[in-house]
Amino acid sequence: MKKRFAAFFAALVFLASALPSASAASGAPAAKSGETINVYNWGEYISNGVDGSLDVNKEFTKRTGIQVNYTTFESNENLYAKLVSGGANYDVIIPSDYMISKLTAEGMLEKLDFRNIPNFRYIDKQFQNPVYDPKNEYSVPYTWGVVGIFYNKKYVKEKVDSWKILWDEKYAGKILMFDNPRDAFGIAQKILGYSYNSTDPAQWEEAAMLLKRQKPLVQAYVMDQIFDKMSSGDAWLAPYYAGDAATLVEDNPDIGFAIPEKEGTNFFVDAVCIPKGSRHKAAAEAYINFLCDPEIAAANVDYIGYSTPESAAKKLLPKEVVDNPIFYPDQKILNRSEIFTNLPDDTNRLLDTLWAEVKMGGPGQTATLVAVLAVFLLVYLGILLYKRRKRKQELP
Amino acid sequence: MKSKTAAAPYLVWMVVFILVPMVLVVFFAFTDQSGAFTLKNIAGVGQYSNVFLRSIWLGAAATAISLLLGYPLAYIIAHSGVRRQNAMILLVMLPMWMNFLLRTYAWMTLLEDNGIINTLLAGSGLPKLHMINTQGAVVLGMLYNYMPYMILPIYSVLTKIDVSVVEAAQDLGADRRAVFSKVILPMSTPGVISGVTMVFVPAVSTFIISKMLGGGGNLLIGDLIDMQFLGSAYNPNLGSAISLVLMVLILICMGIMNQFDEGEESQGGMLL
Amino acid sequence: MTKTISKIYAGLIYLFLYAPIFVLIIFSFNDSSTMSRSVWSGFSMRWYRQLFQDRLIMEALENTLVIAVVSSVIATALGTAAAIGINGMKQWKRRLVMNMTNFPMVNPEIVTGVSLMLLFVFFARAMGGISLGMGSLILAHITFSLPYVILSILPKLRQMDPHLYEAAQDLGCPPVSSFFRVVLPEIIPGVVTGMIMAFTLSIDDFVISYFTSGTTQTLPIYIYSMTRKRISPEINALSTLLFGVILVLLAVVNIRQSRDQKKELEREGA
Repeated sequence: MKKRFAAFFAALVFLASALPSASAASGAPAAKSGETINVYNWGEYISNGVDGSLDVNKEFTKRTGIQVNYTTFESNENLYAKLVSGGANYDVIIPSDYMISKLTAEGMLEKLDFRNIPNFRYIDKQFQNPVYDPKNEYSVPYTWGVVGIFYNKKYVKEKVDSWKILWDEKYAGKILMFDNPRDAFGIAQKILGYSYNSTDPAQWEEAAMLLKRQKPLVQAYVMDQIFDKMSSGDAWLAPYYAGDAATLVEDNPDIGFAIPEKEGTNFFVDAVCIPKGSRHKAAAEAYINFLCDPEIAAANVDYIGYSTPESAAKKLLPKEVVDNPIFYPDQKILNRSEIFTNLPDDTNRLLDTLWAEVKMGGPGQTATLVAVLAVFLLVYLGILLYKRRKRKQELP
Repeated sequence: MKSKTAAAPYLVWMVVFILVPMVLVVFFAFTDQSGAFTLKNIAGVGQYSNVFLRSIWLGAAATAISLLLGYPLAYIIAHSGVRRQNAMILLVMLPMWMNFLLRTYAWMTLLEDNGIINTLLAGSGLPKLHMINTQGAVVLGMLYNYMPYMILPIYSVLTKIDVSVVEAAQDLGADRRAVFSKVILPMSTPGVISGVTMVFVPAVSTFIISKMLGGGGNLLIGDLIDMQFLGSAYNPNLGSAISLVLMVLILICMGIMNQFDEGEESQGGMLL
Repeated sequence: MTKTISKIYAGLIYLFLYAPIFVLIIFSFNDSSTMSRSVWSGFSMRWYRQLFQDRLIMEALENTLVIAVVSSVIATALGTAAAIGINGMKQWKRRLVMNMTNFPMVNPEIVTGVSLMLLFVFFARAMGGISLGMGSLILAHITFSLPYVILSILPKLRQMDPHLYEAAQDLGCPPVSSFFRVVLPEIIPGVVTGMIMAFTLSIDDFVISYFTSGTTQTLPIYIYSMTRKRISPEINALSTLLFGVILVLLAVVNIRQSRDQKKELEREGA
C-alpha cells in the first residue's frame, strides 16, 4: 500500500511541475508581452498546425505577442447557455447567423470598432450587412455554406432535386435527419413553402406534423455520426452541410451531393463577434482582423472545408475547390436560399416543445405521471407498514 | 475514534456546495423568468410522462441485467486468490478511464447493420441482427457504462463476509445452495443496494447514450433536461422542475430499497 | 467443473467490457485521411504523430490531469477527516449527514452542474467578475467525488477495533501521531480506493465540467465539441496511449507485489 502512495505522490510532483504551463494555458497573463484573449469557437474549426497546416493561433501570437486561450463548443445553444449564465469572460466568439441576431437582440454583443479591423475590406460585398446584422455593427463573417442532401448513388438512382425524397417510403430505414431543431424543421418548412423564420404557430405545427410523419422512416437523428453511417453504406440519404462533402466523398466515392433547387435551401454564415463585457476589446479586434487576412482565411477554410466569404482568399485556394459548385454554388442558388435569423422567445419555446414531441412520439398526460408517483409512494408506505406489523407480531 | 470536529470542514463544504445549489434548483423550479412564484413549471412536467416511463423502464432493465451479470462476476473475483483479486478489480474499472463518448462511438461501430458484429455473423453464415437504434442498444449502452459500479460494491461486501459464518452453516448441514441463499445472499444485501443505486440513478438520467445508440428517437429524461438548458429556448425553470420530479422519484425508489437493508449496516450503503 | 465455468463466465464478461476498447485501439491505427471510424484503410501511425502536434489536445489533457490529481487528493483528505467525524456522531446526526452526502450521487449530473455553476457565478460576480476556470472546476470535482470517498472509508472505520486508538494514546502517543500510525494504516485500503474512484470520476467528467469550466478546456469537453464536424482519431490514439500507460503501471505493481510476497515467504522459510 505504501508503494501505491509513493506512486501517486510521484505523479503529483510530476504534474505539479507542469502546473505553471497549465495556468498559462488557462488564461493567466503571459509573462512575456501583451495580454491573453479567450476565444470560443466550434470544434475543429480552425487551422491548428496539424499535418502541415498553419497553426493560426500560434501565428497570431507570433505576429502580435497576444496569447490566445482557445476553447471549443459544439452548438450555438451551448454557447448561449454559457454566455447567458455568466461566469465565462470570452473575448471572441464565433456563433452562427441566428444566434448572432439573438445575442444582439438581448444586448450581449459589443459593437465592433472597424478602425481596428482594416482587413474587413476583403469581405465580399454580398456578405456585408447581412440579414442577421443589417448595419454590420457586431460581426465579421468567418465561413459560410449551404445545406444539401447527400445520397448514395448505388442505391438512390433517381434525380435528387427535392427535400421530399427524405419522405420517400422506398428508402425507409435508410434516411438520416438532423438532430437539431432548426435544421430539421427548416427542411419541413421548405417543403411546405414557409419561411425558416416564420412566427406563425400554425405553420410550425404543420411542420411538426410533417416531421412526425417522417419519423418511422428515419433511421436516426444524427449530427456527426452521419459520416460513418453514410460511408459504410448503412444509410443512403442524409441532409448535411456542403462543406463536409469532401470528407464524405473521399470515404466513399459512391456518395453524391445535391441542392434541392426547387424549394430552396438554408444558407448559413458563421461570424466572429465580441461578447459584451470583454476586457480585451482591442486585442480581440486585432484577432478578428488577423482572421480576415486572405492568407489566414484561406488556410482556415482549407482545413475546415467550408467556404470563405473573401474573394481574395478564394484566389489562394486550389482551383478544383473554387470551381466546385458544391462549395461555391451558383449565385442563382444563393438567391433562392434563406438565412436563419432569431425567433422571438415564445416561438423558440414552441419550437422546443414541438421538437420534444417529434422525438418522443406524442405528448403524455400529467395524470399518468401522478399515477406513477402515487404507485411508488404506495409501495413504499406498504412496505413500511408491513414491517411495522411484523415487528409487532414478533414482540412477545 | 471519536473526533467530532474532524468532520467540521466537510460539513461546511456540504452546506455551501450541496445544500445551497439544491435550494437554487428548487427556487428555479417554482419560479418563472421574472422570479415570480409559479406552479406552471411543475405542471408542465406532466406532458412528458411517457418520457419518464420509458426512462424508468429502460433504467430498471439495465439495472436488473447488470445485477444478474455482475453479481456472479463479483462472486468469482471475491473467491480468487488475493493477488488476482486486485488485478481483476482494476481491470473491471479500467474501461471507465477511456472517454465516455469514445466508448459509446465504439459500440456504434460494433452494433451497426454493417458493423463489426454483423460482419462477423454474416461471415460465418448466420443471419444479421438489427441492433443499432433500438431500445435494446440503449440498454446495452447503459449496461456497459455502469456495470462496474454494480460489481465493485458487491465484491467489497462479499470479501468481508466472515468465513467462520459460512463454515458454521456448512457444519450445520447446509448444502452449497442453502449456504448461498440463506447466508451469503442476505449478507451481501448492502452491497447490492449500493450497486443498484449507483447504476439506476445515472441510467435513468443519462443523455448521450440514447442519442448515439438509440437513434435520437427515444427521448429519455436526461435528453429532456439537457434540451431545457441547451435547447432553442433557454429554460432553466422547466429544466429544474423536471429534475426535481426526477429526484423525488429516485428518492422514493431508494427509500423502498433501503427497507430491504435491515440492521445496523444501513448507513447509507457501503460503497467499497 | 465449476472452476472452468467460472473462468469462461469471467472471460465472457471481460470480453464484453473490453470489446469496444479493442475497437477503439484498432481504429487509432486506421490509415484514413478522413478520420473514418467504420472503414478500415490500412495501418498507420499518423494519428499518433498528429496527436503530439496538436497543441489544443495537449493543453486539454494537461488541464484534465491537473484537475483530476488535485481534486482527488483534496477530496481524499477532506473525506477521510469527514468519515472519522461522521463515525463518531450520534445516530440521528449520522443519518442526516449521510443522506445529504448521498445527494450529489442521486442528482442527475446536469442538475448538479447547472446549480454549481449558478453558485459560482454568484460568487464570481461578488468578487469583481473573475472568470470561472481551473478553480471552479476543481471545487466542482471535489464536490462530486466526496460522497464516494466517504462511502469507501466509513465501512473500514467501522471494521476497525475502536480501542486501538485509545491503546496507542495510553502508551504515550500524542493524538495526531497516533492517528497517522495506528488508524491510518487500518483504513488505507478504503482511502486508496476512494482516491482512485475520485480520480476516475474526475478524468472522464463531462456534464458538470462543461457548466463550471468557464474559459478552461478539459479533455472530455474538447472531445464533445468535435461532434459537429468529426471526432478525430487523434482521440483514439490518446485513449490508447492512456490505456497502455495504465496497463503497464498495473503490471509493474503486480509484479512487484508478487516479488515482495515471494521474498516474505522465503524469509519465513529461512
